[in-house]
Parts: sequence; structure tokens; C-alpha cells
Amino acid sequence: MKADPKGVQTGAFFIDGDHACAEGAIAAGCRFVAGYPITPSTEVVERIAERFPLIGGLFIQMEDEIASSIAIQGAVWAGKKAMTVTSGPGFSLMMEHIGLAAMTETPCVFIDVQRAGPSTGLPTLPAQGDMMQARWGSHGDYGIIALCPNSPQETFDLTIKAFNLAETYRVPVLVMLDECVGHMIERIIIPPADQIDIVPRRFTNIPPGEFRLFEPKEDMVPDMVKAGDGYNIHVTGLTHDERGYPVMNAAAQEKLVHRLVDKIRLNADRIVEYREDEIEGAEVVVVSYGITSRVAIPAIEEARRDGLKVGHLRLITAWPFPEKRIAELSRTIKVFVVPEINYGQMVREVERCAAGRARVVLVPHGGGSVHNPKDIHCAIVDCRKDIRP
Amino acid sequence: MSEDTIDTCETCVPVNAVEDVLRMERMPHIWCPGCGIGTTLNGFAHALETSGLDLRKVAMVSGIGCTGRVSGYLKLDSFHTTHGRALPFATGLKLANPELKVVVYSGDGDLTAIGGNHFIHAARRNLDMTVILINNFIYGMTGGQVAPTTPIGATASTAPHGNFEEPFNLPYLAESCGAVYVARWTAFHIRHLTKAVKEALVKKGFSFIEILAPCPTLYSRRNRLGDGLDQMKHFRDDSEIRNGADTKTVGLDFQGKIVVGKFVDKDKPTYLDSMNAFYAAKWGDKYTPYKG
Repeated sequence: MKADPKGVQTGAFFIDGDHACAEGAIAAGCRFVAGYPITPSTEVVERIAERFPLIGGLFIQMEDEIASSIAIQGAVWAGKKAMTVTSGPGFSLMMEHIGLAAMTETPCVFIDVQRAGPSTGLPTLPAQGDMMQARWGSHGDYGIIALCPNSPQETFDLTIKAFNLAETYRVPVLVMLDECVGHMIERIIIPPADQIDIVPRRFTNIPPGEFRLFEPKEDMVPDMVKAGDGYNIHVTGLTHDERGYPVMNAAAQEKLVHRLVDKIRLNADRIVEYREDEIEGAEVVVVSYGITSRVAIPAIEEARRDGLKVGHLRLITAWPFPEKRIAELSRTIKVFVVPEINYGQMVREVERCAAGRARVVLVPHGGGSVHNPKDIHCAIVDCRKDIRP
Repeated sequence: MSEDTIDTCETCVPVNAVEDVLRMERMPHIWCPGCGIGTTLNGFAHALETSGLDLRKVAMVSGIGCTGRVSGYLKLDSFHTTHGRALPFATGLKLANPELKVVVYSGDGDLTAIGGNHFIHAARRNLDMTVILINNFIYGMTGGQVAPTTPIGATASTAPHGNFEEPFNLPYLAESCGAVYVARWTAFHIRHLTKAVKEALVKKGFSFIEILAPCPTLYSRRNRLGDGLDQMKHFRDDSEIRNGADTKTVGLDFQGKIVVGKFVDKDKPTYLDSMNAFYAAKWGDKYTPYKG
């Protein structure tokens, strides 16, 4: 299905990542947004608030992020596509409802424009410190999807993709910007509506009485209905059976939670996305994402001029993590260099997948700015000691 | 008992009049003997059946706790959300599809402690929904802890020496925040509360009913107040019906006088009415009124 032309502002624009995110959501068919102001994400909801009344959408500024992150789920069960937008402190408050969305298989989108933490930290300055929180922040086991754009154009594209993935897998999808990408102004192209692919909600055609709200299809994902259609659905955050009724025992827990994890884990090959540059024959591979993937480029180019064979793998999906590809590369390369604006988060995934077959070097940064490319260059050049002459 | 009597009884097989709106396959429910929640649900179900509402368009939202389980027993679209967050979920549900009649049915701790912030803002916005709050003065599900409704002097598992904190006067809170319909009844006043629910269900705007209910297991027993029936007797003997009472004056003391009745019933534009009127005045024909 193609995008509703009513929401798509086709053309070339010179806007920042936050504004591009808002346009991406609108193009994706999002017509309900609940949010609470927080730097550096606020421009997303400001643009939504500006645009929504005249295109039939509803924006509500809720009393806090806890409320925002569940109001969108109410809207989804009423049939809308919905999202909320925040940054670190608000993201922390939303964790319980990422769990609720995962447990109730409510397709929705969370935008996190990352700033430096912990706590209030550096509200106006960048970091990439929420990456593990995105994966593990809510209690219990579940699968989610998280995407990391590195430009306003990609923010537009990946926001649409986030809505599509949410519908495909009935999961919360997180778009993990950082302050730099959020506030970076670049040219973006919004294509005509008929060139934007949209995944509609997969509503069941089984009549009420026979339909089971949590009965998975072959892809492990159940079909949906919405409130008001006469299905008398029951949706609970408690462990439940396929009817949605609470069942308090280990067998029900195993059946449900195993599927919630598996529907992402076993579909990972279809979901995982990354970009590679000069990987063939590389001895060192820089693994990066978000703004750091752009900061790494001059460092990589300089190291190549220094005579090193350096490849670049940029994560588009942080979660699920491209486990297979990193494991595969670890058999042929010597070192992974992982720059990120935190003290070591995604690097742990690289280490796990490399499993000792290749050395893994973190280039940490506490947040507040991007890396100096020289630091990444030094780390790459230092890999000479791992490479046989 | 003679065989004749038994025969007579068999001709009038006990039928639960509200079975049609309950998920009977989920019975028995989890509530304790003597608990008042089931009684309030019975009244609610009667009100719902006779309300004339299209039940396919009625959605129930609950938070967590003993009362939070209500949503799971009603044969309606029903959502058992997270602790304290029934109202913001209901906000999204209602605003995304204004055709739905959204009812939030939850407990005192859920709606006014952890969910207190959402309660005041939902009332302030005059969202078009009905909130039924079952006040049993205690956190029942977790074992009888002190709540923002526990009267001064009552003991609770986390106030073992007695509660000294001022409790909420909930009708006053609801009215001050903007509710257009405010009533209080007890589980004893089954006919009154059924009538109140019927009124609230068709009232446009944020309608709020507080219903006092016995918690024999964790409130009455700890406070040596007898069983559920004794608490019902207290509700009967110490209640005074004062429709239109100033909500400032209806605060509750430990086992003291209970003012019940309909305190507020007024008209005010709802959230969506205000929004549509505001934008229509601003943009005229350019604006299509939002209908979900």
C-alpha cells in the first residue's frame, strides 16, 4: 500500500532531523502523537502539533512521558498508527510501557533523540547512551526493533520504516536519534506519496467468536482487531493465553514470552539492516552508528591513506543486532574498532559476536560532543600491532 | 426441607441477570468473600444493560489491583493496563475513536496515588469518559498497605501504628479538577449506584463516581471491624444522602459519617468539542472537525 497523499509534503526541504522525523511519521500514516516536551526532541512534536489539525491527526501534550507512552497504545487499539517522542530522562520514564507494548503486541513507535546522561546530564548535547536501555530497559524478556539514522534524510526514511516494522511484527519500534542528527540541518527529499510504501495494519477477517487475539500466524505474529468492532477483546499486561486471558503459570509464560522473543530473533534476517564500505579484504572494520558513523569517515579515510585496509560497517538496525555478519567478519578480519558516544554499549554486542576470533577495541566518549576523528584514527592505526607484516 | 420445596426451587433456577455482559468463562472471579467490588460490578453491569448503549462501542479500561481485574470480567472490549495508567490509556483510546464510550474502572490507589497526576489532568481536560473508582481504603492486592484514602487512625500493613496522613477527599478533588459529574455511593447503595452509573454513562464529559467498598480481608480484619457484612452495616447506618452537597464538606473519617449522593452535575464542553470549536473559529471551512 502507498502513503496517503494528504499527509505527504512532497519536495526538497532544508530541515533538521527532528522535523524530518515528524514528516516521516506523517508520511507513514501516523495520526496520533502524544508527547511531553524534552530537549533535544521537542521539535518533532512541535512540527506535529503544527501540521496535524489540518490533516486529520490528533496531537496531545500529555502530563508526562509515562502518560504519553501509554496514550499512544490506547490510540493504537482504537485503530490509529501512533508514536511518542522523547529524550533520555523521558525515555527512562517510558520503559514500563515499552514492556506493555511488547507484552500486548501493540504496534507503536518511540522516538528517542539521545542526549548525554545519566539523569538530567547535558540536555542540549549529544550522546548515544540509551542503546542498551533501548534493548533491555523494561523488565522481563521481550524483543524489540531499534533503528539508528545518521542524517535528516535517513531519519525521514527510517521513521517510515519504523511504522512499517511495527505493523509487520506487532512490536514497539524505537528510532534512536542523537542530538546531532536531531538538530543537524540538511537537504532532504520527500518523495511523492505513491512512491512511499506503507504496511497497513493486518486486521483479521475471522468473525468475532472464532477469533483469538494472540493466536500467532506462521510468522509468529497474530492478526489484530480494534476496539469497537464487536470482538470483545481483552488485552492485559499479565501473562495471557491466545484469547488474551490471564494465565498465572510457568507453561503459559514459556509459551507467550518465548514467542515474543522469537518473533524478532527468528525474523532477524529479514529485519537487520546495515551498510558496508570497503569490507572486502579489510583487516580492520569500524562498526559505528548514528552521528558517530559520519565522524568516523575522515578517520577511516586517513587510516586508508596510511596504508591500512579499513572497512566500515554502519548499523541501521541496532536491534536486532547483525550477529551473523559480525560473527562472519570476525573470521576474516583482525580487529573491530567501535567508536560510540558512551562508555561501551554496542561494543559488547560486537565482542559477543566476535567471540574472541577478532580483537574488539572501544573508542569511548562520555557525551557532550562527538568524537574527535583523531581519536578514532589513533585507535585504527594502533591495530597495526594485530596485523602481521 | 421437603422435596416439594426443592421442586419449587428447581423451577426458578438461579440466573445471574447480568450474565450477558460478563465473561462467564472466567468465573470464579478472584475477589475474596465479602469483598464489595463484585457488588459494584453487578450494579455497573445492570446499568450498562439498561443504558441503551451499543455495547460493541463500550470499552473498559482498568489499571492494576483488585478493582483492576474488573475489565477482565466484562464481555466488552477491555484493557487491563499498567499500574496507575488506565486514564492515559483511556485518553488515547477515546481521542483516537470518539465513537467509543470509554469507562475507566479502577481502585483508589491506582487512580489517585500512582495515577494521581493522570487523574487531575484527565478531569482538567474534561475528557468524555466515565471513571468509577472503588475505594476500599487500602491496597488490597498487595496485602493491605496504606493508601492516599486510608482514614487517619486506621492501621495498614505499612502503617502498623496507624495512619496519620491526611487522606484525599476524592469528590472534592474531582470537582476542583473539572469533573462535570461527581457522585459518591457505597456498595450498600446498590440501587443508587446503579442509577448513578446510568447517569454517568450518558453524561458528556468527565464523570466520576466514588464507590466505597468493604475489604474484609485486609482492611476490616486488621482494623477489627468485623467482616464484609459489618462494613456494609456501617455503610447503611452511617451514610447520609446529601445530593448537591458541597464537596469540600464530604471528607471521610475513620468509621465516621459518610456523605453520599450526587454532588456535581453540570455541563461544560468536552476536550474534543473545545478543540473542534477552537480550530473551526480559527480556520473556518479549511478545518475539518476531528472525528477520529
